[in-house]
Amino acid sequence: MTSDGEHDRAVDAPVLRFSDVSLRYGRQAETLREVSFDLEPGSFHFLTGPSGAGKSSLLKLVYRAQLPSRGRVTLFGQDLAALPRRELARVRRRIGVVFQDFRLLEHLNAFDNAALPLRIAGRRPKDYKTDVADLLAWVGLGSKLHAMPVTLSGGEKQRLAIARAVITKPDLLLADEPTGNVDADMAQRILRLFTELNRRGATVLIATHDQDLVARAAMPQLRLRDGQLDGVAVLAPGA
Amino acid sequence: MSVEAAEAFLKAWRPGPLMPRADARDGGLVFVIAVLCFFACLTALAALAGDRAAGGWTAQLRGSATVLVRPRGGESGDAAAARAAETLAGVKGVSEAAALEKDKALALLQPWLGPEALKEAQAGDLPIPRLVTLELDKDAPATAADLDRALKTQGIDAAVDDHSLWIKDIVRAGLWARAAALGLFALTALTAAAVIAFAARAALAARREIVEVLHVAGAQDRFIAGLLMRRFAGMAFVAGLIAAALAAGIGAAARLAGGGQGLTPVLPVAWIDLAALAPCPLLAALLAAFCARGAALRLLKEKA
Repeated sequence: MTSDGEHDRAVDAPVLRFSDVSLRYGRQAETLREVSFDLEPGSFHFLTGPSGAGKSSLLKLVYRAQLPSRGRVTLFGQDLAALPRRELARVRRRIGVVFQDFRLLEHLNAFDNAALPLRIAGRRPKDYKTDVADLLAWVGLGSKLHAMPVTLSGGEKQRLAIARAVITKPDLLLADEPTGNVDADMAQRILRLFTELNRRGATVLIATHDQDLVARAAMPQLRLRDGQLDGVAVLAPGA
Repeated sequence: MSVEAAEAFLKAWRPGPLMPRADARDGGLVFVIAVLCFFACLTALAALAGDRAAGGWTAQLRGSATVLVRPRGGESGDAAAARAAETLAGVKGVSEAAALEKDKALALLQPWLGPEALKEAQAGDLPIPRLVTLELDKDAPATAADLDRALKTQGIDAAVDDHSLWIKDIVRAGLWARAAALGLFALTALTAAAVIAFAARAALAARREIVEVLHVAGAQDRFIAGLLMRRFAGMAFVAGLIAAALAAGIGAAARLAGGGQGLTPVLPVAWIDLAALAPCPLLAALLAAFCARGAALRLLKEKA
């Protein structure tokens, strides 16, 4: 039985918590140093900072492509380092990740790439066919359903990678430079998509150095500098 | 793409393979597995034929006996052999007893004596042992002791050879042949398992980016191992099919070339033996599935 107090704590618990997290690759200097922050459910944050500040490394810690050298990363209330592999897969199904280098499966067409998380989740093709086609149409790839990634432009690949990340309507969306290869108009549409997902309850964390995007969204930023969190800033719209 | 084209695409769409289907290394792996399966099939055929040969020889030897008669006193060899044959024909468990004619007995001695000594023997200077050949009842053959007792009762000096020494040797040789075939089969299977496990690890390592994407999208290790398992099982099934077909061709050729007794009377192949090759593709696929899955799961755990 769960008391009301416990229930409240579960509801209020941050989606993501970094507690004094440091990350070191091999014998190199620490890429991240004693980073601590919480992302509350339904929040929208940008992760900003210059190249090499540790933005991508921080995201890798969230989807556990890396384990911290020190400190603790807690996702959906669970310590990622202590999570059994079977449970880790379940947790990952609640996350959508847009990789900076897209990581599309080159042997699958655009439709199959976008549908990948649904297949892994065990959904039946006839149940998701229309959803995938609609989403691809929405990101401007409605005419490229059968296209292989090698035939797509950088911007098209990026939109496909975004479609794959959001197709399951994840609880947490992580995006690494999601507007790096698209024009301003498409960047605006992608931001609208992320905002819409956020409005529906998803927590969003976007790593970017696109200050225009940050300014347009007017959402809080986690600023990284030399592997350390420099603070949280909120920009007013149009600032 | 027009709306109609998109609808047509969705209608015809089937999920693509999560692991790339073709690989430059696939042909080599199918070849290696096919060669190993082919050896395993030939081993199985040889074991079956050897088993049948040993069984045939044993049955032949069990169904007959030879009695060496030594004439006593003034009795001639022919008379002693005839008396022994008559005595033995009346023993229970003997179907037929026949004294071997002197010329046939001499012919048996020729390899040991040579033609000159044989001429002297024919002239009557050398005492020639005489033989009685017996065909024994298949269901209840007379024992050597029964035959010996009957001969002694009639005062005939003779030695009974019921071929038991040879039968023991053949049975022992048959057991060794079966054990050797089983050993070879196991060795071939182990080699195939090692090759498949190595190839599965190499395949997974070569596709680590795909594996990472699948993992981040929430795939369990066993889901990824399953993809590899199905792929390798399919390849091994094809390899097993090719190997079984080739081995069956060789078995059929051996059967046709040797007529009723197979290629040689030593290893008689029967048509029914070819049926033993039928499970080869399935067994190869099962072995490949098991090894590929195991190797993949171990590698994924190591890299975790």
